[in-house]
Formats: sequence, C-alpha cells, structure tokens
Amino acid sequence: MIRVQREDFDIGAEIEALTGGDREIGAVASFVGITRADAGDGPPITAMTLEHYPAMTERQLAEIEAEACRRWDLTASLIVHRHGRLEPGERIVLVVTAASHRRAALDACAFLIDWLKTKAPFWKREETDAGTRWVAARAADDRAAERWQGEP
Amino acid sequence: MTLLYFAWVRERIGLDAEEIALPADVQTVAALLDWLRGRGGGYARALEDLSVIRVAVNQEFARPDHAVADDDEIALFPPVTGGARP
Repeated sequence: MIRVQREDFDIGAEIEALTGGDREIGAVASFVGITRADAGDGPPITAMTLEHYPAMTERQLAEIEAEACRRWDLTASLIVHRHGRLEPGERIVLVVTAASHRRAALDACAFLIDWLKTKAPFWKREETDAGTRWVAARAADDRAAERWQGEP
Repeated sequence: MTLLYFAWVRERIGLDAEEIALPADVQTVAALLDWLRGRGGGYARALEDLSVIRVAVNQEFARPDHAVADDDEIALFPPVTGGARP
C-alpha cells in the first residue's frame, strides 16, 4: 500500500493498521526517515521542501512495492512518503514490511528504502541561513540501489 | 503534447507545465530536448547539461532514444533525491 501525503504519520498506528489481527505474521520491520539539520559541509538546514510528480510517484512506488513482493514472501507492506515543507526532526518517510520470518521483512524493508531514494520522483530543496538550494543526487544512493541488482 | 517541469528545471524554464504541438521531425526524447533547448532563454539554461536531466514519458523513466508522440505526457526533471537525507 502506498500513500503520499503532506501530514505527519503515527508509526504505531500505521503498523497496527497494517498487521493487526493477521496471525500469519511473525516479523515486522520498519524504516523511518527523519529530516536532519546537518548539511555536511554547509550551514545547518533550517527546513526542506519536497516537491514531487504525483502521477509518476504513485506509479513508481507501486512498481517498487510489487517488485519487493515478487522477491520476498511478504504478508503486507506499506510506504508513506510526505511532501511539502519539513523542518529538522520531522518524519519524511515510513516503510513497513511484514512477513512470517524476520529475514524477508528486514531485507524487503532495506530494498524498498534503497529503491525509493533512486527511483521515486521526489526533489528536495534545502533552506539554510545562507539561502536555498536543490539537493543534488548522490552516487552513494545509486550504489545502494545497485546492490540489489541480481539479488536475492 | 503535455510537458511538465519539476524542481530547478521548472524554475529555470519558468513554467510548471505547457501544451505544445510536436514538430513532425521530433520523434525521440533526445530530439525533443534538442528542440526545446533551441528555444533559448530559460530552456537553454535548464537543458545546458543533459547529464543532469531525467525524462519520463507517460510517468515511466525514458532513455534518449525513446519514441515521443503528440498525445504523450512528458516530464523533465533533475535526478531524484527522495527519502531521508543520507
């Protein structure tokens, strides 16, 4: 299941809604991405704005999730991605995977977040006291996604 | 054809979307980018370095040799930077 929304999400409520009452599930893995103030080499980030391409986002996220379900024996999965303006400390993205056993849940969760970062059509613009700038894509993210080529 | 622009591509071109009539000799993504760049101004600035331009045809990532047609929705944007900041 895929949701793109401006509002925050409640991690516990999302996991409960996805998995509650399903007696086949033995393992739930989750990833939560949070906005950081640390800009590495530049001034601290005061906020960021996420722009996205709604029609393509839903399509890409659905494909990414279908691919995870082909690779692993998942009982349920959820991606929630926020857009709009976010300040440091705010949650950006939630990935939840549920399976009978931990390995499928953990691996599928890592796969989904690596693919999200390279395939989902989101763009970040960071605000600092020195001005605003669009974040450039990182080669490290491409390498993290490539790790999954040909696996498992 | 519907053209959509995102992030700094949108800012440099100065539009988030426009409808164009596709010239008959523009049949691929690469030819479309060349034709748009030839409009000059913000188009030339946005498309000066094609290594940082990504294209989606009807919401799917497309390579330069991908065919384009008059009823397509084509989006131009920088490489994506979603998820949490690394």
